Amino acid sequence: MKKPVRYKSAVKGIPLFSILIFYFVIIAYPLFWMVINSFKTTEEIFANSWALPQSWLVSNYAHAWETGISGYFLNSTIVTITTCFLTVFLSALGAYGLTRFEFKGKNALLIICMAGMMLSPQVSLVPLYKLIQALGIHDTYLALILPYVAYRIPITLLLIRAAFLDVPKELEESAYLDGCNTWRIFTKIFIPLNLPIILTGVVLTAYFTWNEFMFALIFVDSDALKTIPAGLMQFRDALQTNWGVLLAGLMISAAPIIILFLFMQKYFIRGLAAGSVKG
Amino acid sequence: MLSRKVVPFLYIAPCLLLMGIFVYYPILENFRFSFYEFSAFSPDKVFVGFENFLTLFKDEVFYIALKNNIWYAVISIIFQVFGGLVLAAILEDPITRLASSFFRTVFFLPVVISITVIALLFSFIYNPDIGLLNSLLAILGLEEWTRAWLGQSETAIFAVIAVSQWQSIGYIMMLFIIAIQAIPKELYEAADIDGAGKIRKFIYVTVPQVKEMLFVASLITLTGAFTVFNEPYILTGGGPGNASEVLGTLLYNSAFFKDQMGYASAIATVILILTLLVSLVQMKLFKTGKDG
Repeated sequence: MKKPVRYKSAVKGIPLFSILIFYFVIIAYPLFWMVINSFKTTEEIFANSWALPQSWLVSNYAHAWETGISGYFLNSTIVTITTCFLTVFLSALGAYGLTRFEFKGKNALLIICMAGMMLSPQVSLVPLYKLIQALGIHDTYLALILPYVAYRIPITLLLIRAAFLDVPKELEESAYLDGCNTWRIFTKIFIPLNLPIILTGVVLTAYFTWNEFMFALIFVDSDALKTIPAGLMQFRDALQTNWGVLLAGLMISAAPIIILFLFMQKYFIRGLAAGSVKG
Repeated sequence: MLSRKVVPFLYIAPCLLLMGIFVYYPILENFRFSFYEFSAFSPDKVFVGFENFLTLFKDEVFYIALKNNIWYAVISIIFQVFGGLVLAAILEDPITRLASSFFRTVFFLPVVISITVIALLFSFIYNPDIGLLNSLLAILGLEEWTRAWLGQSETAIFAVIAVSQWQSIGYIMMLFIIAIQAIPKELYEAADIDGAGKIRKFIYVTVPQVKEMLFVASLITLTGAFTVFNEPYILTGGGPGNASEVLGTLLYNSAFFKDQMGYASAIATVILILTLLVSLVQMKLFKTGKDG
C-alpha cells in the first residue's frame, strides 16, 4: 500500500517542483555566471561565456582588490561598523526610555518613530545635501554615518521596543530594591536579556549600510572615501574592458553580506518579520 | 538622583535629536525649498511661489517619468506581490517541504546582494553582443528577438524593471512565508475534509489568511515603485534620451547635474505626495493600518 501513495504524491508534486526549478534557474544562473566568469580572461568571456574557465584565474581577484576594491572595502567596513554600533545602541536607549517609563507624550513619540519608517530618503535629498554642507561634514565618513543612523533608528527602535516590552516587571523591581539605578538596569538586565533581538538589529543595519547607494553616491565625493556601492561605479569606469576583473570586484563586494546572511539567516528573517508587521 | 520626569527623556533624546535633524527637518525644509529657486553653491534663494510645480507639470519628461513609475508599480504588483505569494505557498506546501529551505535560501540570495552589484551584473547580461540574454535567445532560435535591451527606448525601462523583479521577489516571498507559517493547520485540515484541491485551498484559505501581509507587501512594493532610483540610474541613467527616466532619476539629474535645487525639491514633494496617497488608498482598501 505504501508505494502507490508515495508515487501518487510524487506525481502531484511535479507541477510545483517544475515552477520551483524554473525559478531556481532564473535566479541562480546569473549568479553562477558571475562566479565562473570572474575567473576568466576577458577574451575567454567573449569567446565562450557559458563554459567553465579553462584555467581558474584567481589573479582577477588580486587585481580587483588592488585596483580599488580594497579601499572601498575598508571604507564600507568602517562606515558599517560605526553605523551598526550607533544605531543599535541609541535605539536600545530610546526603546528603554519608551517602554519602562510612564510620561506625557509617550504615544506621540512612538508615532514620530513609526512615521519615520515610512519616509523615503529621496524626499529629503536636497535639504539633506544642503545640511551636510552646512555642517561641514560633506565628503567625510560622518556624511554617511549620521543620516544612516537617523534613518535606521525608527525600525531598529521599534524592533527592540517589542522585545523590551516582554521583559517581566518583577526583574526590574527586584533590581530597584537591590539599589540599581535605571542605567544599571538597562546595561545589566535589558541588554543581556535581549541579545538576540539586538543581534537582529545589527544584522539588518549592516545589510542596509553595506548596500546603500544613493547617499553614498551624493554625500561623498572623493574616491578615497567612497563605500563599495558608489565605488563600484568608479571601478566600472576604470575597468570598462576588463570584464573578468570587474566581475571579480563584484564578487568581492557581495561576499561579506552573503556570508553574513548565510550565518545569520535566523536573525535576518526575524527582523524582516518584525519590521514588516509593524510597517 | 535625577527626577523621574527627566530620566526617560535622557534615554530618548539622542534618537529624537538624530531623527529630528536628519529625517524630519529635511522633510519640512524640502517643502519650503520647492517654492524657491537656488543653486547648490550659493546661499541666496529666490522665492518663486508655485513656479517650480508649474514648470514641472509642463515638462514632458515628468510625464515620461511618471508613466515609467506607474509601469514599475503595475509590474511589481504582478510579479513581486502575486508571484511572491505563489512562490511562498508552493514552498510551504507539504509536498515541497524537504527541499523548501534550500529553495528559500537561493530565492532570497539576490535580496542581500547590493543593487550596484546586481545592476552591473545585468549590464553584462543585457550586453547586445555577447550578453547572456541575447545568446540564450539565439540558442532558442529566437534571433529576431535579440536587441540592445538597455539601448533601445522601447525596451529600456522594461529591462530595468525586470532587474528589480529578479532581485526583490525573494523579499516579498519571505514575508508571505512568515505569514503562511502563522496560519492554523486546522484550516487546511478542514479544507482537506471538504475535498478542496491545492488551488482552492490557496484561494479560500491561504489568501484570506495572509490579508494583512498582502497589505504590507503591496505597500512596500508600491512605495518602492514610486521611489525607485538605483536600478535606472546604474543601468541606463534614464536613457536612451529620457526613455527610462523615473521620478528618482529626474530629481537626481535636476539637483546634481542641472543644479536646479528648488526644481528638484518640487519633484521630491510630488514623490512624497504620491507615496502618501498610495498609503492612504491602501489603508482604505484594506480597512486596516491600525493593527497592520
